[in-house]
Amino acid sequence: MSEPGASPVPRPGAHVVARRRFLGYVLAGATLVTAAAPVLPAAAEAEDAQTADLTDIVDLNDVMTLAGKPTSLSITVEVHDDGTVSFALPRAEVGQGITTSTAMLIAEEMDLPLDRVRVTLADARPELLFNQLTGASNTTISTYTPIRVAAAAARLRLMEAAADEFGSEVGALTLRDGVISDESGHSADIGTLAAKAASETDEEVDVELKSAQAFNDVGEPQNRIDALEAVTGRKKFAMDLAVENALPTMVCRAPTINGTPASVANADTVLEMAGVTDVATISTGVAVRARTFGQCIDAVRALEVSWASGSADGLSDADVLRELEGAEPRMPLPLPGVSRLEEKFTFHFRNNSALESNCAIADVRSDSAEIWSGLKSPIVAQGEIAKLLGLRQSAVTVHVTESGGSFGRKLFFDAALEAAEASKAFGKPVKLMWHRADDTRQGRTQPMAISRVRISHTRNRVLRYDQRHTSVATDLSHGFGDVVTAMAAQVPGLDGTFSQVFFQLSQATSYDFGLSTRLLNETNRSFNTGSMRNVYSPNVLTTRELMVDRLAREWDRDPYELRRDFLDDERSRAVLDKVAEVGEWGREMPEDTAQGIAFMHEYKSVCAVLVEIDCRPETIERPIRNGVAGPRVTKAVCAVDVGLAVNPRGLEAQMQGGIMDGIALALTSGLHLEDGHFLEASWDNYFYTRQWNTPPEMEVVVMPANGEPGGAGELAVAPANAAVACAYGRATGTMPTTFPINHGDLSFDPIPTEPPIPESPTDGLDDAV
Amino acid sequence: MPEHTFRLNGEQVTVDVADDVRLLWVLRDLLGVTGPKYGCGISVCQACTSHFNGKAITPCTVPVSALEESDEITTIEGLPDTVGQELHPMQEAWLEQDVSQCGYCQPGQIMTAVDLVRRASDEGRQITDEDLDGIRNICRCGTYPRIRDAIRNGAERM
Ligand code: FES
Ligand code: FES
Repeated sequence: MSEPGASPVPRPGAHVVARRRFLGYVLAGATLVTAAAPVLPAAAEAEDAQTADLTDIVDLNDVMTLAGKPTSLSITVEVHDDGTVSFALPRAEVGQGITTSTAMLIAEEMDLPLDRVRVTLADARPELLFNQLTGASNTTISTYTPIRVAAAAARLRLMEAAADEFGSEVGALTLRDGVISDESGHSADIGTLAAKAASETDEEVDVELKSAQAFNDVGEPQNRIDALEAVTGRKKFAMDLAVENALPTMVCRAPTINGTPASVANADTVLEMAGVTDVATISTGVAVRARTFGQCIDAVRALEVSWASGSADGLSDADVLRELEGAEPRMPLPLPGVSRLEEKFTFHFRNNSALESNCAIADVRSDSAEIWSGLKSPIVAQGEIAKLLGLRQSAVTVHVTESGGSFGRKLFFDAALEAAEASKAFGKPVKLMWHRADDTRQGRTQPMAISRVRISHTRNRVLRYDQRHTSVATDLSHGFGDVVTAMAAQVPGLDGTFSQVFFQLSQATSYDFGLSTRLLNETNRSFNTGSMRNVYSPNVLTTRELMVDRLAREWDRDPYELRRDFLDDERSRAVLDKVAEVGEWGREMPEDTAQGIAFMHEYKSVCAVLVEIDCRPETIERPIRNGVAGPRVTKAVCAVDVGLAVNPRGLEAQMQGGIMDGIALALTSGLHLEDGHFLEASWDNYFYTRQWNTPPEMEVVVMPANGEPGGAGELAVAPANAAVACAYGRATGTMPTTFPINHGDLSFDPIPTEPPIPESPTDGLDDAV
Repeated sequence: MPEHTFRLNGEQVTVDVADDVRLLWVLRDLLGVTGPKYGCGISVCQACTSHFNGKAITPCTVPVSALEESDEITTIEGLPDTVGQELHPMQEAWLEQDVSQCGYCQPGQIMTAVDLVRRASDEGRQITDEDLDGIRNICRCGTYPRIRDAIRNGAERM
């Protein structure tokens, strides 16, 4: 097997860094502290920038990884005298398992048992610049080498200290399970060597990394290190923290998106209500602080507020759709005498709430502030909060707490800003939480978009593939913007607006479809938007894969084989072949049921998904209380190649979760915009996948390691969405062009918008007694 | 302020709070028992699921005044004690299947699962696919497939 990254032009998953020797640092301190030196990639291969698909040369992850390099040195591994090793991860753990995979990398390089490694989440550290941003599935890609280098430097220093202590040679020592020993019977736990191995000055050390073939634990399935905390209820999320005097706080919000408070008629009466301690108008509404959240809910419902107009007043789905249609970038002139397939697809607004609603604790004083929240871009948050409060950035301490999911939400810090504003207004600490109804109606959404594809082809060849994506503007102002803007100058072939750059960097065409063009246009900034476990890919890819199926029909070819023929690299074909084999592609299926298959290349990884769907009337109409039934995905098979899966068990979980998202995006989960507000206000309105939509059969195949880790967190969403859409098209004989497919039917009674949040029922014991 | 007394995870507790405050907030905001999570406040997400005299309830919909002195509330924190173990068999199954991702929904999922298995066994039957399809708990991380496996695994241990 060749060393990772030997090829100069990155293929999917092949990586740029080729050296195996690295420079590490030992930092001055009383105990052993090591750090990684920046590793600059073997320079972007500029001469290749002219090829059609920019993502073959550089993708978003290269940019983020590059952006993180100069500050990698600030990432340190510390050895303690109790024999544990700690590492403060400058990323957010939002459920994706990066604390586990990071601990595994350190344990591997240092030959330690996993339970000796403690990984915590770092507070906002401005000196880390771009290196403290969790997104685009980038964590493992950009931290894989620096973390191992720092760990290897620590290992080397400990070995040298032991050799000195034992009077032997480093070469004669073995390190196993945290104990160093030699052949003449000396042995010492690394904890006892931590002080001796420390350095009085910063020193450079040349380290060699374990080769992938020598890995013992990396690449082996490992359960999550925080699993016990989670199943016992001991895992602490932001709202579980006991911060002195930080009382529950909620905000009474406008009936329309981004409406602002004009005046409050009854603040004094509300202040008299049981438990209520404070009422104050802030920029987003009227904040109330009370002894319990239940009393906040009652107070919010009792407030009589008159509202100034919002940012989307009067707008409904059809209006936005019309605006998008008017903003579509033009297709190129048709090639004369060439056949064309062309279709337009609509993707409705989707809510990207996590189960933990937006929330933050804030304690704002006159000259300082302290914030606790699950944040993926804590440095940007720190800066914005400081600006809002009129404080220096260094006067704001931002603690990154564990997050109850993210899916793009935690890249923003809406609740942290609000908490800071409310705490300042009250002059007291607050524990601020959004009600679910607010989280769904006023929270961020994946924007509505239309995507148009034209395939120009002959009998057996695609001459051009053109895609025009038009979307309500996606707010990427959470740090990605800074990363890309700062790095774009260094990457050949990039110009245009920031969103264009982002679009080009994050989307690949994958198939050998001749000349290919992709353009993005964004319009309408009235909405609170963000990404949702990926930005454009679920829409762009679903569009593409449906059109590939359409091409297969046109050419009377098998959809799997056609894809296979147009994929030109082995890793891509291998995942496609794998799902076809495991999922028994082409097997006989009953009427109204079908298989669908889709392929995705992104974040240096490749992934294929095959699903079977049941669209029989009796299935679609099966009774579900307060929910939608609809077609059922009965089986899902996924094959994934991320180069190297540090923890295949965690990767499998990420793929399963991604598939659940893809199913929801295709079939059930969308928002309805009506007269300036979203109708959905609960999980029984906004239909994320539930158990009754979950495929009873599911298999994830992790392909054998063949390089360095690629991205994984978002990878399965788009191909699952696409495979379900393709299967639906094949089962019903009609290619779906609007998503989610059930958007035309409203299957719930909307909760009123005034008061803005529903009362909690009181009949909770009825079923139990 | 009115006093309310009930049993929580094996101990008698008393709180001073208005009658209509829902149990979820009494647990979380007044007693510091944070295993039950908020996800909706209207009995939809099931993240707050706990047990009332051994049966699943959503505390966000139970006024504290509805509880009698002898009523026993069990939250995820008190679940192991109901079997006199460090961990309840369902928690063991959860660990074995490595179910949790962010973990936010999992206390509620486990409390629902235990209730489901108890109800099935009261009816003298095994857990079926229909039982699993009927679970309403949201998991926004999409851990549903592993939850299904863990419930079957946990049922065998219970
Ligand atoms: S918070 Fe109780 S069911 Fe959602
Ligand atoms: S594990 Fe995150 S919501 Fe279920």
